[in-house]
Amino acid sequence: MSLLHFVVLAPFVMAIFLPFLYYKFRSIHTGWFLLPLPLILFIYVATYIPFGGGGMEAVEHTVQWVPSLGINFTVYLDGLSMLFALLITGIGTLVVLYSIFYIANKPDEPLNNFYVYLLMFMGAMLGVVLSDNLIVLYVFWELTSLSSSLLIAYWFHKEKSRYGAQKSMLITVSGGFAMLAGFALLYIIAGNTFSIQEIISQADAIVQDPLILPAMLLILLGAFTKSAQFPFHIWLPDAMEAPTPVSAYLHSATMVKAGIYLVARLTPVFGLTAEWFWILVIFGLTTLLWGSISAVRQTDLKGILAFSTVSQLGLIMALLGMGAAALHYDFIETETMYYTATMAAVFHLINHATFKGALFMAVGIIDHETGTRDVKRLGGLMAIMPVTFTVSLVGLAAMAGLPPFNGFLSKEMFFTATLNVASLDIFNLETLGVFIPIVAWIASVFTFVYSMMMFTRTFTGEFKPENYEKEVHEAPAGLLISPIILGSLVILFGLFPNLLGYTLIEPAMQAILPGITPVGEQFYVNIYHWHGINTELLMTVAVVLFGLAIALNLKKWAEAAFFQRERDPLNRAYDFGLDQLVVQSQNVTNFHMTGRLRDYMLYMSVFIVGLGMYTFFRYNSLDINLEGQGGIPGYAILVIGGLIASTLVLPFVHKRITNLVLLGVIGFLVALLFVIFRAPDLALTQLLVETVMVVLFLLVFRHMPEITKEKKAPLTTTVKALVSGAVGIFVILTGLSVHALRAESDITPISDFFIENSVPLAGGYNMVNVILVDFRGLDTLLEVLVLGIAALGIVTLIKHRLKGDEDV
Amino acid sequence: MEILMIFTSGIIIAVATYLFMTRSLLRVAFGVVMLSHGVHLLILTLSGLETGAPPLLTENAEAYTDPLPQAVILTAIVISFGVTAFLLVLAYRTYKEHGTEDLEELRGNADE
Amino acid sequence: MKTNFLMLHTITRIVSFIVLSFSVYLFFAGHNAPGGGFIGGLMMAGALILLYVTFDAERINRVLPFDYTAIIAIGLLLAIVTGLNSYLFGDPFLTQYFEYYQIPFVGEVELTTALPFDLGILLVVVAVALLTIISIAEDVS
Repeated sequence: MSLLHFVVLAPFVMAIFLPFLYYKFRSIHTGWFLLPLPLILFIYVATYIPFGGGGMEAVEHTVQWVPSLGINFTVYLDGLSMLFALLITGIGTLVVLYSIFYIANKPDEPLNNFYVYLLMFMGAMLGVVLSDNLIVLYVFWELTSLSSSLLIAYWFHKEKSRYGAQKSMLITVSGGFAMLAGFALLYIIAGNTFSIQEIISQADAIVQDPLILPAMLLILLGAFTKSAQFPFHIWLPDAMEAPTPVSAYLHSATMVKAGIYLVARLTPVFGLTAEWFWILVIFGLTTLLWGSISAVRQTDLKGILAFSTVSQLGLIMALLGMGAAALHYDFIETETMYYTATMAAVFHLINHATFKGALFMAVGIIDHETGTRDVKRLGGLMAIMPVTFTVSLVGLAAMAGLPPFNGFLSKEMFFTATLNVASLDIFNLETLGVFIPIVAWIASVFTFVYSMMMFTRTFTGEFKPENYEKEVHEAPAGLLISPIILGSLVILFGLFPNLLGYTLIEPAMQAILPGITPVGEQFYVNIYHWHGINTELLMTVAVVLFGLAIALNLKKWAEAAFFQRERDPLNRAYDFGLDQLVVQSQNVTNFHMTGRLRDYMLYMSVFIVGLGMYTFFRYNSLDINLEGQGGIPGYAILVIGGLIASTLVLPFVHKRITNLVLLGVIGFLVALLFVIFRAPDLALTQLLVETVMVVLFLLVFRHMPEITKEKKAPLTTTVKALVSGAVGIFVILTGLSVHALRAESDITPISDFFIENSVPLAGGYNMVNVILVDFRGLDTLLEVLVLGIAALGIVTLIKHRLKGDEDV
Repeated sequence: MEILMIFTSGIIIAVATYLFMTRSLLRVAFGVVMLSHGVHLLILTLSGLETGAPPLLTENAEAYTDPLPQAVILTAIVISFGVTAFLLVLAYRTYKEHGTEDLEELRGNADE
Repeated sequence: MKTNFLMLHTITRIVSFIVLSFSVYLFFAGHNAPGGGFIGGLMMAGALILLYVTFDAERINRVLPFDYTAIIAIGLLLAIVTGLNSYLFGDPFLTQYFEYYQIPFVGEVELTTALPFDLGILLVVVAVALLTIISIAEDVS
């Protein structure tokens, strides 16, 4: 265990103790207890930042988990992991601080739930970005889905919360499941290793494998569902039912970037294929366009931000795809054109976290202080909430890509990257590449439009007090701290982007594009505002002009059918699918789940017999040898005859006391057989159990009625007789085959070990007892555990029943 | 001897299967008892019934019967006792709650 | 009308004592002869059930004021603790030890850690059997 392991585990450990703190110090807001943890983790991770430049050395520590399956808890910290870990802990600190003021400490507010889920998410997300093992990564991945779903449903009394939670769960978890299959394929391709670094090290060989495409598609399915790529993005807008701190944290800054992380992490593996490039670029650009267009139609501020997040995620995804093209060239050429895309992706990732986080928090403040997020009711808040207004202005300007904020820089780089890619000479880019900058440009126009829309409809215009249920005023200072910090970062990174250059961007790029720097040389990230008048700048100017034109004329369009449909049309497909899933599975269930024990037994018996018979004939294993029977002593024949006779009578007796007597007789005959077969312990046990059982049956009889007589239905009786006869014959055939096998092949029983070692190892002469208490002691322990559980079940059934009319 | 015992266990298990498919919850409980009898005998038989001394080393015999299946069956007997007891109480409570022990009448709907 | 169960009562007093002693013998004999925790436990349960059947529950509860649910827990704990004890010597879980001792007047006696383990099993078996039967019997509703 290294300290890095504790970085992942600390949130989970904290989650165990948090509820106690919550109940013990009820008057203190639980968030305060939590606040130091992400801060400490942030500072710890920040110590790995190479402040002196020169790239960073990856750190790796392994703890064995299931070494036989190649599953180890290996933490691996390189530039990419570090960037994400810093985002998770850094934004986490700010979000926790913000949530302390956002969610009031009311008596009926289950704060312990909220923070336990949040901690669970934090730990899981750190686990995702720090694990080197694919299986461990998968486990944490699903944990983030789970905690995200729990957080969306935090206010579970609202129906929409539950709907959103279910939706996000279904989509992300099924994607995760596909991803697991992809990991399994990757495991096979890479020669039985789950370690990402080992897989990367044999990337050249992996690309040749025919299984690479299915593996890639499955893994991308996981990444796309998680990162809300078209057409799986529909869960993200519904996830906005979560408390705003959660939206700011999970659904814009961290969790939705897990897919981005995975894609970036696996770029060295898949990046050499043309499919990787095209899938990422096409899906990324579609998401970018779709998200930005949908965002314009929203009237809920959080809805706008949700679709905006969707589109920005698409942008980063597309950039990563374009960046992978760089792997096709050796890096001797120092031209930046090949890796601008990747650099833009990493840079925009940071920028997006800052400005989108600030915007979410500002929207949360508006919601908190005015009681609404509907742009139709809002307006004129500029003068009333000056601080929120300033922060939002900064965030929106960055989102729209205006100078001098960081969004402008990454948007310029994005344009540069699209133009560069369009001029590459691989993957048919000569012909198709020209569409990439065009789509990017259109999407940017819409991005500008919705940014403008948010600004004008919230802050400008007339303030109408009658639209609000409460008195509107600026938020308390505590609520403003986090958005102000993030807003300042937007400006800081905008003015001094090179602060991030060798500290964060460069190490991350080394991880995404290994070999980008030849050994001993250094790779410099240099970002600056003014490139001279070039295509990118002209594109930005055109974006602003067109955007302004559309935004100013937005009112004329407001009646258009396009604007009336706020809900994403893809939701209809999802809802229909979900309904059909329920209906169809119900039909299937109703068809075979008849509620009759008889039918279930029938299915099972038929299946067992069928499977057994199939095995007999498939492997030709039926083998009957009736030879070699020694003489059977007369008393044995008597006992066995009695046993068979009383057994066969049993189904025909309908009086329960006769049944019980017969059962007793059978039990004692079995005990006698145990005596004959030289098993004294068994005989004793059987006798005693039989005695106790008779008392038990009699007691139950006292309370229960006589056995109901079967209604005569000859067909079902025949079926029953046939099926049970078949089971009997199957058992007999199996037994005979086993017996014949024993006779033919010389198998020595393993019990010689017990016979030899009973006295020297365990000091006992009764081998059965020695096996029970010593050699197989664990079995016995678990057996009495089962007994104990059965007894507890009995006591619960009888003594702790539900009150009133509740159905049991 | 083994052949005879295999047939005996086959018959017992067949009867147990039949009892499982009846309507009375009590008879299902009888079926559980019978099934465990059948399986116990089958395990004992399949491990061989060569007549050695009982598995007590104090006997000082040349050969002993196999102690391992006996230990397994002993465990099984006790477990099946626990299961049967639980099933009986379940039947009893079901009857108390619903006034019937007829499985046909106890049928529920999947939509409930 | 109160039925007179004099015969039953008298015989039970003697028989249950004999059965109880026999169950104790079976338990201790278990390591070297037929018997052991399961058998001793079932036998003991049988004897106690006989008492319950013969006399009314109130009187038995006065003589044997045990909470059988707790006894299950105690039995399980006992078995687990004897198993854990082997960790002290760096052996795997549930390793049992035995040693022969000379005890005055008794002679050579074998003491094993399997014995408390078996005692745990005995307690669980007794308690489960009795708990089941008493629960049903007392359930009058």
